[in-house]
Amino acid sequence: MAVTDIASPPEEIQEPSGLSSGWGRRLFIAIPYIWLLVFFLAPFVIVLKISLSDVILARPPYFPNFDISEGWQGFLAMLRVFDLENYVWLAEDSLYLNSYLSSLRIASISTLLTLAIGYPIAYAMAKAPKEWRATLLMLVILPFWTSFLIRVYAWIGILKKEGFLNYFLLWTGIIDEPLMILNTDTAIYIGIVYSYLPFMVLPLYAVLEKLNISLLEAATDLGCSPLKAFWVITLPLSLPGVWAGCFLVFIPAVGEFVIPDILGGSSTIMIGKTLWVEFFSNRDWPVASAVAILLLLMLTLPIILFQKQQEKQAEASQ
Amino acid sequence: MSSNFKSGLTSTIATAVIVAFAASVAQAKGTVNVYNWSDYIDDSVLKDFEAETGIKVNYDVFDSNEVLETKLLAGTTGYDIVVPSGSFLSRQIQAGVFQKLNKDALPNLRNMWSLVSDRTSIYDPDNAYSINYLWGTTGIGYNVEAAAKRLHGKPVDSWEIIFNPEILAKFQDCGIHMLDAPTELIPAALNYLGLNPDSHNTADIEKAAALLKTTRPYIQKFHSSEYINTLANGDICLAIGWSGDVFQARDRAAEADNGVTINYIIPKEGALMWFDQMAIPTDAANTREAHIFMNYIMRPDVIAKASNYVVYANGNKASQALLDQDVLEDPAVYPDEETMAKLYVTTPYAPKIQRTVTRAWTAMKSGQ
Repeated sequence: MAVTDIASPPEEIQEPSGLSSGWGRRLFIAIPYIWLLVFFLAPFVIVLKISLSDVILARPPYFPNFDISEGWQGFLAMLRVFDLENYVWLAEDSLYLNSYLSSLRIASISTLLTLAIGYPIAYAMAKAPKEWRATLLMLVILPFWTSFLIRVYAWIGILKKEGFLNYFLLWTGIIDEPLMILNTDTAIYIGIVYSYLPFMVLPLYAVLEKLNISLLEAATDLGCSPLKAFWVITLPLSLPGVWAGCFLVFIPAVGEFVIPDILGGSSTIMIGKTLWVEFFSNRDWPVASAVAILLLLMLTLPIILFQKQQEKQAEASQ
Repeated sequence: MSSNFKSGLTSTIATAVIVAFAASVAQAKGTVNVYNWSDYIDDSVLKDFEAETGIKVNYDVFDSNEVLETKLLAGTTGYDIVVPSGSFLSRQIQAGVFQKLNKDALPNLRNMWSLVSDRTSIYDPDNAYSINYLWGTTGIGYNVEAAAKRLHGKPVDSWEIIFNPEILAKFQDCGIHMLDAPTELIPAALNYLGLNPDSHNTADIEKAAALLKTTRPYIQKFHSSEYINTLANGDICLAIGWSGDVFQARDRAAEADNGVTINYIIPKEGALMWFDQMAIPTDAANTREAHIFMNYIMRPDVIAKASNYVVYANGNKASQALLDQDVLEDPAVYPDEETMAKLYVTTPYAPKIQRTVTRAWTAMKSGQ
C-alpha cells in the first residue's frame, strides 16, 4: 500500500480542483514572462528596429518611423527600407572594435581586482563572531544609501592632484611628487572596484557563511595545514559565490558610462562613451542602436555561462 | 449626531473646495520651464521675474549643445524655453523642433541690437524663431602668474600658445583643459592654419584634426564647464574656453583671494563668435508664459543684470547704458571694431561632414 502511495501520489495534490485555480496558476506563471516581454523584449525590438533605419534631420532623427495607423502596408514599406549598413559601418571603423575590446579589458581587470579585495572581506565577515555579522553586513550595504553619482564624485576630491590621497601620502613621506591618478585608467579601476564591491562581497559571504565547519575540522584532524585546507575545501566550495560575484561585477562594468566619464581621462575609450558620442555628438541614433545591440549580444555570452553555472549548481545541490 | 456629522463633513468639503480654488487662482499665473546653459544667469533675474509676474520658473541647466539637441530631437522635453547656439539652432529649425515667435507678444524686440540680429539671421532668417540671449567668443583663459613665469613676460596674445606644441608643453605641468566641443575647436585650428574656419571640406578638416592631435599629449581634460572652477582655484593654468566662463573664473578667484589671477583673451588671429538663442519648442505647454519670459529678458535692465553677472555680451542695444563700465569697455567682452573684424561665425555641418568631424575629434581625444 505504502509503495503504491509513493508511486502514484494522490490525484488531488497533482491537479488542484477547478478551472479557475488552473487559470490563476497560469496567470501567476505568466507574470515573469509578461515582465520580460514588456521590459526586455519590447525595448530590444525597438532598438533593433532603429538600428536598421537611416538618419534624417527630423524629430525623431531616423527613418522609417513606423506609424501603427498605416497598418500592414506601412509595416511592409518599413521593412523594405531596412538594411544592415549601420552594422557594416561598425565593422569598417576600428574605433568600435577598440572600444569593445577596451571595455572588456577594463571590466575583466576590475572584476579580478574586486574579487581579490572582496574575497578576504567576505571571508573575514563569515569568520567573524556571530553577533558582529549583522553589523558587518550592514556596513557593506550602507554606502548604497548615498547616491551612486555622489559617491563617484567624491573620488574626484580624493584622487585629484591636491586631493586627500596625495596630501596624506606626501605627509607620510611615501611620495615626494603628487600622484596623477585622476583622469587615468587607474581612477576608473578604483571607481569600479569601489562601486561594485558589495556585489562581490554579498554572494561570497552568503556561500562562505554556510560552509560546513566540520569539514575543516576533519581536515585539521587529519593533519592538513590551514592553507591547504583553504585551497582544497573552502575555495572549491565557495566557487558558486565567486562566479555569481564575478558576473554581477563584470556585466555592468562592461557597459559602464558614469565612472569612466567622471573619473577617466579622455584617452580611455569605452563602449559606453562611444555610444554616448554616437547618440549625442553625431545624432546618429541608428548607429548608436547598432552599437547597443552588439553590446547586448556580447554580454549574452557571459550571461548564458552564468545561467549554465547556476543550473549545474542547482543540480549539484539536489 | 448623524446630521451633525453630515454638516461637519459638508463644511469640510466646502473649505477644501475654497482652498483648492484659492490655490488654483494662485497657479493661474502659470509656470515656465527654462533649460539654459550652466552658470549663465544671475539667479535674482529669475526671482524678480517670479515676484513681478507670479509665473513660477523651473530652471534647469546643461553644458553642451549636443545634450540639448538630443533631448529636442527625442521630443516632449517638457521645456518651454531652450537656449541652443546659432549653428545648432539652425539645424533644429530645419528639423521642425521650434515654433515661430509671436512678435506681437514681444514688444521689447525694439531694444535689440541690429549688429547682433543681422548675424543671428544667418542661422534663423528674420529671427523668426529665436531671440538673442547672450553672445560671446571662444578664446583662451589663462593663469597670469603661471603664464608670466613660463613665457618670461611675453604676452599671451596668439593661438600659438595652444597650437605650437613647444609653447604648450611648458604649461603641461600646471594643467591644460580644452572645451569638449569639436564644432568650435576644428574651426579654431582651421583659422590658425590660415584656412577658412567655416570650411566643410573633408581635407581641410583632416588638416585641422592633425594640428589638434599635436596638442593632445599636453591636454589634461576635455570638458566644457569644469574649467571655471579648476582655473579659479589654480588646479589648471590654461584653457580654451568661452569668454564669460573664463571671466567668471577670474571673478571667483578674485573673491576667494587665493593668489590666482585669471585673464581671457581673443587671440590676434581671431576667434569664433557664437550666439546663444532663446527659442520655444513646438510641443511647449506654456507658450504664453514663454513669451512673457522672453519679453522680460529683453528688458534692458534685466539683460544688463545678467550680462554684468556672467560677463557675456548681449544682443540688446538699449541695455548698454546700464552695463558696468568694466564689462562694456572690456574689448574681450564687447570687442572693438578691429577685433570684431577678425571674429568669424560657423554654419552647421551636413550629417556626413559632422561624422568626419566627430570621428576626428574622438580619434584625437583617445590618442589613436
